[in-house]
Amino acid sequence: MQPVLISPSSYLLLGFFPTWFFSFLIPVIGVGLFTYIMAKRIAPLVKAAPDQRFDRIPERMLNVAKIWLAQWRQPRYMLAGVLHILIFAGFLSLGLRSSQLVIIGLKEGFVFPGMDGLLGQAYSILKDLAATWVLIACIIAAVRRGIYKPARYAVPAKYGHDHTAEAVFVLGVISTLMLSESLFEAAAVAAQVQAGAHAEFIMPLTLAWFFKVILVNASQPTLQALHIIAYYIHDLAFFFFLCFLPMGKHFHVITSLFNVFFMRVKTGNIKPVKYGINEDELDKLESFGVKKLEDFTWKHLLDFYTCADCGRCSDNCPANAVGRPLSPRFISIKGRDKIFKNYPLRGPFLKSQPLIGDIYEEDEIWSCTTCGACEQECPIGIEYIDKIVDLRRGMVDDGMVPQSLQKPLGAIGKRGNPWGKMEKKRAEWALDKEFAAQCAVKMLDEGDQADTLYFVDSISSFDDRMQKIAQATAKILKAANIDFGVLGKSEKDSGNEVRRFGEEMLFQDLKNHNTEMIKECGASRIVTADPHALNVLNKDYSGLPQVEHISQVVAKGLEAGKLRLGKVEDESKVYAYHDPCYLGRHSGVYEDPRQALDAIEGLRRVEMLRSRDRSFCCGGGGLMLFYEPEEEERMGVLRVKMAAEAGANVIVTACPFCLVNMEDAIKVAGLEGKMEAIDFSELIAKHLVQ
Amino acid sequence: MEILVCVKRVPDTSENEISVAGDGKDIQRDDLVYSVNEWDNYAVEEAIQIVDRAGGNVTVVTVGGDDSEEILRREMAMGANNGILLKDDAFEGSDGKGIATILKAVAQKSKYDLILTGAQADAGAAQVGGMLAAMMDLPYASLVNKIEIIDDKKLKIGREIEGGNQEMNEINLPCVLSIQTGINEPRYVGIRGIRKVASVEIPTYGAGDLGLAASAVGVAGAKVKKIDYFVPVLGDGAEMLEGSNEEIIAKLIELLKAKGGLK
Repeated sequence: MQPVLISPSSYLLLGFFPTWFFSFLIPVIGVGLFTYIMAKRIAPLVKAAPDQRFDRIPERMLNVAKIWLAQWRQPRYMLAGVLHILIFAGFLSLGLRSSQLVIIGLKEGFVFPGMDGLLGQAYSILKDLAATWVLIACIIAAVRRGIYKPARYAVPAKYGHDHTAEAVFVLGVISTLMLSESLFEAAAVAAQVQAGAHAEFIMPLTLAWFFKVILVNASQPTLQALHIIAYYIHDLAFFFFLCFLPMGKHFHVITSLFNVFFMRVKTGNIKPVKYGINEDELDKLESFGVKKLEDFTWKHLLDFYTCADCGRCSDNCPANAVGRPLSPRFISIKGRDKIFKNYPLRGPFLKSQPLIGDIYEEDEIWSCTTCGACEQECPIGIEYIDKIVDLRRGMVDDGMVPQSLQKPLGAIGKRGNPWGKMEKKRAEWALDKEFAAQCAVKMLDEGDQADTLYFVDSISSFDDRMQKIAQATAKILKAANIDFGVLGKSEKDSGNEVRRFGEEMLFQDLKNHNTEMIKECGASRIVTADPHALNVLNKDYSGLPQVEHISQVVAKGLEAGKLRLGKVEDESKVYAYHDPCYLGRHSGVYEDPRQALDAIEGLRRVEMLRSRDRSFCCGGGGLMLFYEPEEEERMGVLRVKMAAEAGANVIVTACPFCLVNMEDAIKVAGLEGKMEAIDFSELIAKHLVQ
Repeated sequence: MEILVCVKRVPDTSENEISVAGDGKDIQRDDLVYSVNEWDNYAVEEAIQIVDRAGGNVTVVTVGGDDSEEILRREMAMGANNGILLKDDAFEGSDGKGIATILKAVAQKSKYDLILTGAQADAGAAQVGGMLAAMMDLPYASLVNKIEIIDDKKLKIGREIEGGNQEMNEINLPCVLSIQTGINEPRYVGIRGIRKVASVEIPTYGAGDLGLAASAVGVAGAKVKKIDYFVPVLGDGAEMLEGSNEEIIAKLIELLKAKGGLK
């Protein structure tokens, strides 16, 4: 078959200049420039702190298959997600075609080995379809971005200028690629058809097909010109795009595959101060945490590069929702811009300055409740909690701790609880006469022995209201015929927030103390009603038996017939279960508490719009109770309003800190009498049938 | 600028349940936790900030037993350059004048441009700073809540006045200042910071080293002696305002003004 049109590899511009020269020059300059840019981009990763991301390879591969290739998290935002999936699938489909085109510029009619038969024809149809759907998706995306402007893309004034122009520009570049590729092919096919020669099949209704239909009567010189022009527009756009990617948010096109591979595979845990440094070597470290850019690990810098600016993290961030000075999206964007500034493409690298007071502010970093909503939502595996904790470690090391947090931290250091209450009063909740008469609690610190340790933790031990949770939990354990006891004065705060607020050495002391006491008490099983204790004992301690939450114990007890629940006390109540962050997102316990509640006969339960892994943090626990944030309203107030919207008049939580926040929020929101809050354990204990 | 800050180890009021001991002369001291006196901590922070701006050294000094070393280390972890522990059996039972006598002796061992004390400590007497200044014949200002350096001869200082008013003064160096809380935001001292200074040598001086006669300090030198200590009987507590809403509001405003809550 003799092609009618002259290919870019043999065309002579103005009759004498061979265009293959451009076909050679454009890729060489493009690839050269791209390599140079990437070398500059990789430099900070090399200088960054170490990280360990080559473990658990099968899980990482699964993440790549699911989160990267199958775009698992994209449809959580349906329209944007589907558009992204279309463009992403189009890119994957067209990668081969684009590479083929580059070579065609030098070698006429080049096809990759194996692509000359049926497979090649099938691919030809696929790429025509892909170019078409990508163009359509780009147009819809551009209209959405440029005209409808969804609120989550807005850039608050303090974070600089709007990002719409860059987004729309890139959609334009992608559209140019699709149009030029299709035009290049359509011009050739139209010329073949005109000459009555064999023509490639073009899938009807695709972009190339429309071009062919339009061009079928055009003159041959016109077709020849379009063929050549379209080719070089595509070639230029392709290499321009390649070099433009590492300049901004579209870097994710390159980095997301790696970022997803290296993403967090465990939940709820906090990274060590420095990978490769054991806990007993911490004293030798010169500095703690992140103070300057290069103190971040390379994965955390890769996160900054990878951020696609989609705003899903901040859209789900409770701190952002209540107007605290924190927007996870801008933790990444500011970090990325700082790398770009300190590691310029031309000129020497700049000396690193402290980040706090430069791109981040103290209150911004203290505003995070570590609820994990941002990480749960991020479609490309960007992490925030470890970064926040590392920045806090740096601030703690430099003494930058708000006065409101210094007292409770000091008290935990001296007394093992943030209120500075006497150690010997830690188990007083169990000595209440009325309660003790119904339910005797063994004191493992006083020589009693038990199979199961109930780890109470500070708030349920000392707070008058939350002691009711401890008592309810004890009643449930007794009803389930579990032989249990508590550590009493030997227990200290579990330190979940101590670690997350950056006071690592205090956390190490608490961990070592509690681990020793737990091991000494001889219990073979641990139960708690406090998800923060559950999380830290399971994730940040080591060498202990698996810790269970009371809701898991209840669900198991019901299934085994060891526990029985009666008819609901008040049939007029409508219950909504609020997933505590450290029970749900961080520990993956969503169904057990729901099953247990549903086992109460006649209990009416509704779901809030934001539930399970999209639960909305009530305001945070542990030390967060003491922090005085700048905010417009309370997270808890938003949350109780969500429960009211769902038609509930009782919020059931399964965490003492949630209960504190909900009860306060009900008062602040003026919903007293209309809404109440109760802990899971209390509700279950009330409905126990002996 | 060479700065001496006088600090004291006190029971932490927020983390203890304070009750009077059986003999009625002191509080129950078993089961107590101690920390640095809050006012002193502000004084140390202020001294560190002054040295950050103007250069020099901060020395923290305390009169106490071996236990008091922990608060010296805490303040050194904060950023004080040196610590001095003044320990002698003869110092026990000193009254305010006795403590001031001991501090004067150590202050005269080196040349300090500025001496800071907390405005008061656990006993609430607020007397040591003033006595120390008088004994050393130095200018003195109390309840200082602002310090600016004019030059190496003078400071501009702010003082908090009853009712929330503010007074500004110039004061010649060297001088003694007693520091009010709120003058700054003291930095956090973590366990790691304290461990870093755990092995730094802290010199200890007794009465002999300071050239003090045992009779001038301690119980022997005390002219003020505590004779009783008790928790007062609770009063009626609440005062009920009566009348129409307007009258109640007017009375409330009057009361708040009288107590300095409103201006």
